[in-house]
Amino acid sequence: MTTLNTLTLTETVAKLKAKEISHAELYKDVHKAIAEKNERLNVYLTLDNEAASKAEKLLDTPLAGAPIAVKDNFCTEGMRTTASSNVLKDFVPPFDATVITKLKKSGGVVLGKTNMDAWAHGSSTETSDFGPTKNPRNPEYLPGGSSGGSAAAVAADMTIAALGTETAGSIRQPAAWCGVVGLKPTYGRVSRTGVVPMASSTDSPGPIGKTVEDCALILTHIAGQDRYDATTSPEPVPDFTKDIKKGVKGMHMGLCYTDHPQLRGTQTAKVVEQAAKVLERLGATVDVIALSEKIQNNHVLNPDYAVAVYTIVQRSEVSSNLAGYAGVRYDVGRSHFGAEAKRRIMLGTFTLSKGYADRYYVQAQKVRSLYIQNYQQLFAKYDVLLSPTSPGFAQKIGALGDNPMFGELEDKLVEPCALSGLPGINVPCYRDPKTNLYIGLSFMSNYWHEETMIRAAHAFEEATQWNSWSNK
Amino acid sequence: MNYEPVIGMEIHVELKTASKMFCGCKNDPFFAKKPNTYTCPACLGMPGGLPVPNKKAIEWAIRLGLALGCEIPLFTKFDRKNYFYPDLPKGYQISQYDQPIAVNGKVETSFDRVRIRRVHLEEDAGKLLHATLDGEKVSLVDFNRSGVPLVEIVTEPDIRSGEQAKEFLKKLHQIVQYLDISDADMDKGSMRLEPNISVRPVGSKDLPSYKVEVKNINSFNFVKRAIDFELDRQARILASGKTPIQETRGWNEGKGATVSQRVKGEADDYRYFPEPDIPPFRWTSTFIHEIKSQVPELPDAKLARFKKDYELNDYDATLLTDTKQLADYFEECVKLARLPAPDRRDGGQGKVPAKKLANWIINKKIVIDEILPAALVQSILTATAVVAVSDDELGKVIAHVLQANTKAVTDFKAGKLQSKMFLFGNILKELKGKGDKEKVMGLLEKKLTE
Amino acid sequence: MKKTTFTMTDVDVIAKLAKIPVTDDEKKKLAVGFSTVIKVLDTLKSIDVSEVEPTNQVTGLENVMREDEVDATRTFTQEQALANAPRKHNGYFVADQVVDQE
Repeated sequence: MTTLNTLTLTETVAKLKAKEISHAELYKDVHKAIAEKNERLNVYLTLDNEAASKAEKLLDTPLAGAPIAVKDNFCTEGMRTTASSNVLKDFVPPFDATVITKLKKSGGVVLGKTNMDAWAHGSSTETSDFGPTKNPRNPEYLPGGSSGGSAAAVAADMTIAALGTETAGSIRQPAAWCGVVGLKPTYGRVSRTGVVPMASSTDSPGPIGKTVEDCALILTHIAGQDRYDATTSPEPVPDFTKDIKKGVKGMHMGLCYTDHPQLRGTQTAKVVEQAAKVLERLGATVDVIALSEKIQNNHVLNPDYAVAVYTIVQRSEVSSNLAGYAGVRYDVGRSHFGAEAKRRIMLGTFTLSKGYADRYYVQAQKVRSLYIQNYQQLFAKYDVLLSPTSPGFAQKIGALGDNPMFGELEDKLVEPCALSGLPGINVPCYRDPKTNLYIGLSFMSNYWHEETMIRAAHAFEEATQWNSWSNK
Repeated sequence: MNYEPVIGMEIHVELKTASKMFCGCKNDPFFAKKPNTYTCPACLGMPGGLPVPNKKAIEWAIRLGLALGCEIPLFTKFDRKNYFYPDLPKGYQISQYDQPIAVNGKVETSFDRVRIRRVHLEEDAGKLLHATLDGEKVSLVDFNRSGVPLVEIVTEPDIRSGEQAKEFLKKLHQIVQYLDISDADMDKGSMRLEPNISVRPVGSKDLPSYKVEVKNINSFNFVKRAIDFELDRQARILASGKTPIQETRGWNEGKGATVSQRVKGEADDYRYFPEPDIPPFRWTSTFIHEIKSQVPELPDAKLARFKKDYELNDYDATLLTDTKQLADYFEECVKLARLPAPDRRDGGQGKVPAKKLANWIINKKIVIDEILPAALVQSILTATAVVAVSDDELGKVIAHVLQANTKAVTDFKAGKLQSKMFLFGNILKELKGKGDKEKVMGLLEKKLTE
Repeated sequence: MKKTTFTMTDVDVIAKLAKIPVTDDEKKKLAVGFSTVIKVLDTLKSIDVSEVEPTNQVTGLENVMREDEVDATRTFTQEQALANAPRKHNGYFVADQVVDQE
């Protein structure tokens, strides 16, 4: 007997509106799953036990009162928000992030706040001050990060859908490692107001869900220009689910990074190449794009440099964004920062400091321009770019170790597009039957063309039926 | 060895916009009844509180730049200035670093011009109150002022005396007041000054190797006194063969002296970088011209025009152009005084010359808030109304006075000119205020030469 | 200026600038970590960036401003503003007194 917590968001909304299921039954099943799994998996830091009663009034809204797990870096009024750091362990915001306001207005209910890498500093959820989250597909492994809790909540059916944020990989990589769908919108598509900032120039809130359509549905309702965020665009927000079934016939796609030395011949490269074949059978053309060390037409710039660029830009902005925590207005002070936070703040301070800013910060921002140019060259030719999301499967708990650049190395393949502000979506493309771990495929489209990548991702999902692979 | 001062000024002016620089909180910190009642996620520095710039503050800053003779670069942006202080909620101040809103202006003084290096926009910090709680020294922090728009004006080190500094500041204050963008009240902190003072041997053209920043100066008079004190202090150090320390000093009015506060290293490391939360600005020259057309006639130009158009002397014109409010009031009076006055007793044109208006306003110390221009003009007309006297009656009165004062007439004819004034006075007395004075004098003189 | 390795003194200078409390043990570890990272960061110096400007913003937006209006819906009450303060007194936040007096 399948319980209601295993429904997708689209199914949930339809069944609620058709009165096939009630909010009470739905939330009962979801809370039961949470009660069974949360202690072991450490997904939720805070839960709203009144969520069901709030949901009942929301039937006549687009999301019909469905429960949504929210990464703990979104300010939620009246509900503790910690960014998984001891510095904010008692912080109860007096305001909602704009995304939360929009979510609530469309009928989504904040079910609870999920675990993350503290301050979003990481790609494993191991830097959380409240313990790592475990991968529901295989609890000896990490869920990825920094939106590890949200991705795990979706994979474990401990929610119907979730919200995360991506600075460079933090939505798509945990989605890849947990075997779920994660959508990073164009930078400026979704408001950052009320989101604990990490790297202000790339932070992008976005949905994590069980299907591409679920993510498209949430994006439709959280996107849009915000008067309180000067970096949001007046670009109109379409219904991202409308053309979702249009397929990929005639689409030109380019496959990136599979010939990178780190990936050549690996299982990851093989499964992604097979995925490309699926897309070809569906009517798309897929070229393999060669790697190059310099900008050249028809080549993709080596992502290795993006690691240095991203490390510098991100840590510089982090050092400034975390300067306000001084134990005066709403936090308990700087001595409570975890080791990773201290590392990042300090390195970022260094890369901005007198005598070094030109060599590091300014230089990094210039190389960033090269990646932006390179993608524009590619999008002049291609509708969609494909790549593996992560170089490999989820790693075992403890993998972070003392590696000062763990996160950046894991996210290498998605850093170039994140730095450029481009949108991307991860869809699982392979499951290892022995470990139950997944590999994810990233679809990227040009600025403001999320609809294109959503169409492609949906077509792939329909063709592969990846949701039926699991042995949850 | 004689030393000359090398002084630059940094002036902060709080703009009196309705809302703060980067958020919609009320901009009224001085009159807020309670602390921490005008804050929001942005100005309180809460996670995800993002800044959105105030259009009016930007336009006013450009206006000020134009009024100071600056160029307005067509590209400008905000930058983060990173430092820690309890009154700075985000741990950084949003300010402008290398591409400020206005550059390269100047202000004329009677000594010499003072060049304006730059004008930029930034946000104010909160206010700190020192207190002792449970035996511990603490700072109490009020963020009502956090985020208020500030314009910072930086001059070149062109100032050569305390007097010039004072004159420059008064000029600047007057321009700000003319633009009506700030109360610029030093007591309320809406205008703050910091001179940077060093000295060098007279005749040297090099910039000194150090400079001393002086804070806590609350009036233009104190600026002069602080400068004079510093010049003396620094000259003595130099004369002894040493170099004054590069530092920040505070003016202590009670002691009549500056006191060392903080030794400055090679400028603090503010790690400036472009503000990622605020897109940059690109103006068109049309936009700048539009703002330029909104800059009112400035004090110097108005002074010159008043002297020319109204034939006022320098003293009167200076007084009348001291504030834009007074100047506008005066000109409104002039306009009204040139219009015909329908209820004059002699039914003729009522005109009050500009000079007379000026004298009236200045000498009678008219409080312009208490009487409208139209009412003032009317009261002048009434007070100076000339009641007609027939030529016949006039002739009779003059003849009568001359007859009654034959000695005066003889004296006048013998060369004593004051006698004419004596006779004139008596005639006026007898006329009891009636008659046109000029006409009376004319007739008297005619009669005396007969 | 180029830095190839970090010493504990270097780390100390940065920690003070960043206002991060660190123990000697932490300083040692950080020095090693930074020295590793800097090698990666230095790979950027070989890239030819002579034809490009730095990207500070990816949106391409310009001239984003708001009207000068009071937005009461966004303003906190004094209670809300102080709700999470570790120390408060008569409507004020309380901070350690800084030695530097303005």
